[in-house]
Amino acid sequence: MRYAMAIDTKKCVGCGDCVVACQTENNVPHGYCRDWIVERVDGTYPSLSLELRSERCNHCDNSPCVRCCPTGASHIEEGGIVTVTHHKCIGCGACIQSCPYDARYSHPDGYVDKCTFCLHRVQKGQNTACVDVCPTKCLYFGDLDDPNSDVSLAIKDRAWKVLAPEAGTKPQLFFLT
Amino acid sequence: MKTRRDFIKISTAGAGAAAISFKAFGSKGFGLFESKIEGPASDEDLTPYPTYCEVCFWKCAAWAYVDKSGTIRKVIGNKNDPHCNGRLCPRGTGGVGMVYDEDRLKTPLIRDTRKDGSQYFREATWDEALNKVADKMKEVKEKYGPEAFGLFNHGTPGGQFHHLLKAYGSESNAEPAFANCRGPRSSAYFSTFGAYVGSPENTDIRDTKCLVLIGSHIGENMHNSQVQEMSDAIDKGATIITVDPRFSTAAAHSNHWLSIKPATDIALLMAWIHVLVFEELYNKDYVEQYTFGLDYLKDHVKDMTPEWAYGITTIEPEEIRKTARAMAGAAPSVIIHPGRHVVWYGDDTQRGRATAILNALLGAWGKRGGFYFPEGVSVPAFPHPHFPEPKWTWKDWNEGRYPLATMGITTEALKASVPRYNYKHQLKAWLVAGTNLPLSMPDKRLFKEAADAVEFIAVMDTMPMDITGYADVVLPEATYLERYDALRASPNREPNIALRMPAIEPKYDSKPGWWIAKQIGERLGLHDYFNYDDYSEVIDWQLKQLGTSLEEMKKVGVKKYPRKSGPLYLGDDEDFEFNTTTGKIELYSVDFADHGFDAIPKYTKHPEPQPNYYRLIYGRAPMHTFSRTSNNPNLFDLMSENSVWVNPKVADLWELENGQEVWLKNQDGAITSFPVKVRVTERIRWDSVYMVHGFGHSNKKLSRAFGKGASDTEMVTNVMVDPIMGGTGMRGNFITFLTEDPVMEGKEVKA
Ligand code: SF4
Ligand code: SF4
Ligand code: SF4
Repeated sequence: MRYAMAIDTKKCVGCGDCVVACQTENNVPHGYCRDWIVERVDGTYPSLSLELRSERCNHCDNSPCVRCCPTGASHIEEGGIVTVTHHKCIGCGACIQSCPYDARYSHPDGYVDKCTFCLHRVQKGQNTACVDVCPTKCLYFGDLDDPNSDVSLAIKDRAWKVLAPEAGTKPQLFFLT
Repeated sequence: MKTRRDFIKISTAGAGAAAISFKAFGSKGFGLFESKIEGPASDEDLTPYPTYCEVCFWKCAAWAYVDKSGTIRKVIGNKNDPHCNGRLCPRGTGGVGMVYDEDRLKTPLIRDTRKDGSQYFREATWDEALNKVADKMKEVKEKYGPEAFGLFNHGTPGGQFHHLLKAYGSESNAEPAFANCRGPRSSAYFSTFGAYVGSPENTDIRDTKCLVLIGSHIGENMHNSQVQEMSDAIDKGATIITVDPRFSTAAAHSNHWLSIKPATDIALLMAWIHVLVFEELYNKDYVEQYTFGLDYLKDHVKDMTPEWAYGITTIEPEEIRKTARAMAGAAPSVIIHPGRHVVWYGDDTQRGRATAILNALLGAWGKRGGFYFPEGVSVPAFPHPHFPEPKWTWKDWNEGRYPLATMGITTEALKASVPRYNYKHQLKAWLVAGTNLPLSMPDKRLFKEAADAVEFIAVMDTMPMDITGYADVVLPEATYLERYDALRASPNREPNIALRMPAIEPKYDSKPGWWIAKQIGERLGLHDYFNYDDYSEVIDWQLKQLGTSLEEMKKVGVKKYPRKSGPLYLGDDEDFEFNTTTGKIELYSVDFADHGFDAIPKYTKHPEPQPNYYRLIYGRAPMHTFSRTSNNPNLFDLMSENSVWVNPKVADLWELENGQEVWLKNQDGAITSFPVKVRVTERIRWDSVYMVHGFGHSNKKLSRAFGKGASDTEMVTNVMVDPIMGGTGMRGNFITFLTEDPVMEGKEVKA
């Protein structure tokens, strides 16, 4: 089992619903977020292109944050989901520095926090909160090992990219271009 | 080392690229989340209560999930609801922030005067505040007649106050949503098809093959199912054509973006009509069977060629032809979107007519992938005596002006409140329910003059919006998650109803709108119009007439009914009589001609900016709506202020940098109360600037939103009024930049 997410940059409108849904679902404190939107504009008026994409932890196969965690709080859960056990985390921030995607933040309660791929929902067979809410249905989640999962089908016939491939982290977020 | 800021820079790599992200920074803790609730909210530990969203007025049905401590943890769309299909928009998802905003109005307030003459609000009991409103209503009735008591309303609770005023004897009401927003399209589509474009719009986007957005920003304008359907249409390969001087989100997702010169849209629309007619691309059978006036139209547009339009719009003739052919190729599954907030240059009903005529030529009205026939459930009125007949109503303010207005015009209501305008019928007092007039009305001078002139203002709201600062009595309303409200029954493909019930008790000393209206009514001796103890009795009675019950609705939230009015679309060659003078779709409007208006739209040239001035275009961001969400803690996290979009060429000229704060000044000398940050972006033309509406709040009680960003409405002093229905055109204002604090320059504010 290998959980992954695909994001269709041709459909995302950058509304940030995924961000609020994550905040309310996961009780993320105000002023922080586990997912966010990036807007990229290229060209000059009127020859322009715009890419909008919802980003979060890449749940990397080769995850530098897990390797560098001194207490083992950062670890890989079932289905390759990278998580932090809050009570084991000493808040040293080594993982924050090592993440090429800037996906982690220091929770005011003293531990490091980030996207969990909504493990608590996924374990019950639900989609993640951000996927479930997105009004443009541009987020796809599922098991890459299952060829019929939403994510496998989404990347099957479309061109996609991953972010910062040069970092060698084997990210599991696929951006459909 | 990478920080959040560095990450954003990484994504800007590449020539001419600019990236922004709204990862949130800082760590101010608010409300709910200070209570140290741990961990995610697991659905099985939560109790869902049905509601429908009231953040904007698309009214998506939802479930509010409440935990054991009585806290609403999240609001999730109702899967069975055609307005949302189980997915709320960001504002709806963040709607819970409306409840837990600690700046909410908490108790009734009464304006009082200190010994030194200064005024302040003191807290009052409900009894005192309600008596004060009722006493004033009695006094106005005696002195001037009940008609002199006016109502400004918006949203669901507005209906409760409309009921109160009607029982009291007044039909002097106005909703800014008409003349400040969608009125021109209502009059345009009614005069063409004999039917209104409602909310949700009856656009069949889900099955369209070609969607044309002209000044319509789906995606930034988050009307939920419409956004969802556009995304589905993109999946199915529909052609999207966007006309916008700004590279909007929709433009970025389009196959064709026509970067039109502002204020020239009618020229483009007429050229499209020209191509359809003279290349004989229109839907001949449909036009012959259902429309009236093709010959007039043909004659009217004969010189309105793409070459003619090129000189006006700056859109290449070939692009005009290509896009017209794309529409014809998709017909009848094509939609020229009627738009929303269509008050631009004062000829807006005519622009609406031009889009309606295009839809008619393509045969889109009543066809799959075009416009479907909506149907709603008619909810029986809870029995009450007849309303008294008012001696005059909102129609009489107009005194023959704006003959095709179908609702009260808010600016007319303001003028009717100012004695120097000498209106035959004058307003002496106001009730304001859920509409923040100082930020929703153009021309603040008029608003201020009117507010000064009336004897009394009572405001009902959940938040200390700017309007509350003008009130004599402030009545704190419970939020939509804390109250019963009227059933939602908006027309849709399938008729349906949705229930809103309280998920929690009202916080603080706030009360539901129905309760406030009833209490005032009782004090006025109008008990028979409010013959219930709790509004749930009214709803239960209505639901029983509809073959269900409160009990059942609490379990399902939404109930669908079979259609009775017939199919969604016209059958092939089906006879159909349209509700117009000729019984046909009017390409030539007999009604308009009778009233002395152009029966077919024509292009009029509008003023252009003076040197060093730029046209002010304003619009929406998907995470905010009107000016009512800027302080919502959840949505503030997503976007805390607006910025002014400036083309890099203009920024160079003015030596403006990204993030620099400037004040805006308009052609009439009005200056923004607060500075606004510059956003240098290629996404806007060099003759225009753009900003998101709803920021620049001046009420200090909004602890987050106060002074954040600038108010676009402060820059709208030139209002171009639509002679047909009174729409207030607001795109004819031009701004320039002040880089120094205007206070130091010796502030000169005419507005
Ligand atoms: S909710 Fe969907 S459309 Fe909105 S920003 Fe997130 S991914 Fe994009
Ligand atoms: S998967 Fe869950 S935790 Fe991760 S960004 Fe989406 S909502 Fe947040
Ligand atoms: S579109 Fe969004 S804000 Fe409007 S009613 Fe629906 S969920 Fe609420």
